[in-house]
Amino acid sequence: MKYNNPNKLYVSVKAIFYPDGGLRPISFIGEDGQEYEIAKVTDVRRAASLKAGGVGVRYSCKVNNKEVYLFLEEDRWFMEKR
Amino acid sequence: MDRVILHSDLNNFYASVECLYRPEIRDKPVAVCGDPAARHGIVLAKNYLAKATGIKTGEVIWQAKQKCPDLVVIPPNFPLYLRFSRLARLIYADYTDQVESFGLDEAWLDVTGSQHIYGDGLKIANEIRERVKAEMGVTVSVGVSYNKIFAKLGSDMQKPDATTVISRDNFKQMVWPLPAGDLLYVGHATKRKLARYGINTIGDIANTDRKFLKSSLGKWGEVLWAFANGYDNSPVIAMGEETLIKSIGNSITTPRDLKTDEDVQMIFYVLSESVAARMREHGFKCRTVQITVRNSLLFSFTVQGKLNRPTNLSADLAAKAVALFREHYNWENPIRSIGLRGCDLLAADTHEQLCLFADEDKWLKQERLELTVDELRRRFGHFSVQRAALLNDNELGSINPRDDHVIHPTSFFKEGKLP
Repeated sequence: MKYNNPNKLYVSVKAIFYPDGGLRPISFIGEDGQEYEIAKVTDVRRAASLKAGGVGVRYSCKVNNKEVYLFLEEDRWFMEKR
Repeated sequence: MDRVILHSDLNNFYASVECLYRPEIRDKPVAVCGDPAARHGIVLAKNYLAKATGIKTGEVIWQAKQKCPDLVVIPPNFPLYLRFSRLARLIYADYTDQVESFGLDEAWLDVTGSQHIYGDGLKIANEIRERVKAEMGVTVSVGVSYNKIFAKLGSDMQKPDATTVISRDNFKQMVWPLPAGDLLYVGHATKRKLARYGINTIGDIANTDRKFLKSSLGKWGEVLWAFANGYDNSPVIAMGEETLIKSIGNSITTPRDLKTDEDVQMIFYVLSESVAARMREHGFKCRTVQITVRNSLLFSFTVQGKLNRPTNLSADLAAKAVALFREHYNWENPIRSIGLRGCDLLAADTHEQLCLFADEDKWLKQERLELTVDELRRRFGHFSVQRAALLNDNELGSINPRDDHVIHPTSFFKEGKLP
């Protein structure tokens, strides 16, 4: 069964998995096909996205000086469409 | 000191999860319904817009559509709901280890011991509500009280996303005016019976003579009376959604018809070993044993009996099964198939009341023995060790229901990935 939500963008993410179990996203490929560097992760918490329709671990990322939310839901990453 | 019990109820659980995942239907009446092709076409859950049209859970889809022609009907996605249920439990687990699930969407929490850390029941309830909303995108209603029954009634009073406190000071105003049917365990039949005596509200039950309730409703009458007065002191039992497995059983159509008590005993040994091993594997004990017997004329019956203590030992199961069988079967016909089931499950690591008059050492020894047999069989195969009684009959003794998978109850919900 499919949930088709135009506001939910599944994205490719590069991440580092640390030996202690931690995880940090490094960059992601945006809708335009471009790779965006994540300068800093400012917050990590469990959160729901009402806009995209999903729940997961939300990484608040600084990208080009703007805040972007990346959600890790089970084993897929998604972001909210701008 | 009074306990502090929370009852947390995820509002319109299935429908809320579906609405979270399908923003396009959030402003429409929605019902999550079973599959009509599998003859399961009833309403499992609905959102508030659907509720407002009078649709009830359990209605058939066409009935619901009559009440609300533009109803959005959605098939259920159980793996997703199970995931949400677990997320909620993770939140609860931050406040207490005593969490008792009641279905996927409800749970009791005993936070008596957590108050110095997290604040009083109301504060914890509100925090849980905020977190569920932020972290899961759905809402809960929480009831706070000093017993499980009132906590549950509290969570029903205000919906969605609200906290209701029922204390010793206000329960007469809050609980007593409610209809008797709102009380846990008052079903249609009991409700009708009570109404015949002019007992219509929970307050009526509370103020009726206890002896009268006992004489008219049996021992449940007394239980309901205690519930209505806030005397319920049942503990919040730490257990998980895994108790969705309600029973573990095996049945077998034997290679030849069974003709004697000894035959039947042998099969019960075979079955009880399989059932007991699976209970240990899943970490359960059972309190009730149920047997099913089908004779050569295909007439069948099921009886059950309570055990003196919860157990997951094959010796106990077999003894009870044989006793039940002897009591209920008169050997008019030979037997074709037979089943044994452990019901009324509880987690094996639950504290247990020891018996003064039983030999506890012997029981512990038996437990070690059976665990050893499990281990031997795991390493060297099922037939590496067997009861001597089973060696009498090659045909019947060589059945291995555990690995032959005669009937294997699996949990209704399988661990699943997101769609």
